[in-house]
Amino acid sequence: MSGLLGIKLGMTSVFDEAGNLLPVTVIEAGPCVITQIFHEEKDGYNAVQLAMTEKKEKSTTKAMKGHFDKAGTTPKRYVREFRDYLPEGLDLGDELTVADVFAEGNSVDIAGTSKGKGFMGVVKRHGFKGVGDRTHGQHNRERAPGSIGQSSDPSKVFKGMRMGGRTGNERVKTKQLQVVKVIPENNLILVKGSVPGPKGRLVEIHNA
Amino acid sequence: MEKLKLIEQTQVREVPEFIAGDTVNVHYRVREGDKERIQQYEGVVINMRGSGANKTFTVRKISSNVGVERIFPLYSPSIAKIEIKKRGKVRRAKLFYLRELRGKAARIKEKSRN
Repeated sequence: MSGLLGIKLGMTSVFDEAGNLLPVTVIEAGPCVITQIFHEEKDGYNAVQLAMTEKKEKSTTKAMKGHFDKAGTTPKRYVREFRDYLPEGLDLGDELTVADVFAEGNSVDIAGTSKGKGFMGVVKRHGFKGVGDRTHGQHNRERAPGSIGQSSDPSKVFKGMRMGGRTGNERVKTKQLQVVKVIPENNLILVKGSVPGPKGRLVEIHNA
Repeated sequence: MEKLKLIEQTQVREVPEFIAGDTVNVHYRVREGDKERIQQYEGVVINMRGSGANKTFTVRKISSNVGVERIFPLYSPSIAKIEIKKRGKVRRAKLFYLRELRGKAARIKEKSRN
């Protein structure tokens, strides 16, 4: 699927033609450089590797330096593969911008790393309902998980039992977000709704 | 961050300046099927909140003895015109106390012009 890398800038609202106020996420998308192209015959699948954001040469490993040299570009900070996407007529080192890839009114899927929440209880982490009562015999169990298993048979807690623990900071994909606006001069794209991750984090924007 | 502000600025339109306590007449575009007409709504501004495209104001009026409050997005393209009828003399930014008051007590003194 065609797509681009971007940096989430934050959320705001814009009016559409009908006068509705839409919540939008502003993403600085691209320009991305093609650093590698994978072909089915040779690599087993079709894909394109995109890179964006400048990086200092001294903080680039020699291996990556060689990789960027091959594409004829300067070192980049973010490098990601986009599967089943072969941009026609483009070769290594060519640039892709927002206007090339996205159009207003289309739908996109956006993947990113969600905000880390730390150690969270079962209510936030798995959407348990909690006990639901503050009285009727409850005194400290409002957000407790309840029973986690039986007694002597099976005498253990089954693996995968949903409990509290580290939450967030994982890959999340939000699907079917509408592209409200594309601003090529500033490399910006506005999508309706929220997008995983904090401001300033890398997101992958895929055409849906 | 700069670029986010840029987007916000594109949403801001030219509107007359007014504050809580002012009496305004809002000309609002209403769609009925495929026809469009203008509806007028006049009352006292009791609240202004938000910034950028999210900035809204609340207009309160008494309609057939029932208090009615309507919240408008300040920069909404559906607002055809905002007329300022009166400049009120008030000492606070939020006039929620007006909800408790009726009739004569709910009047707001007009600001003397200078």
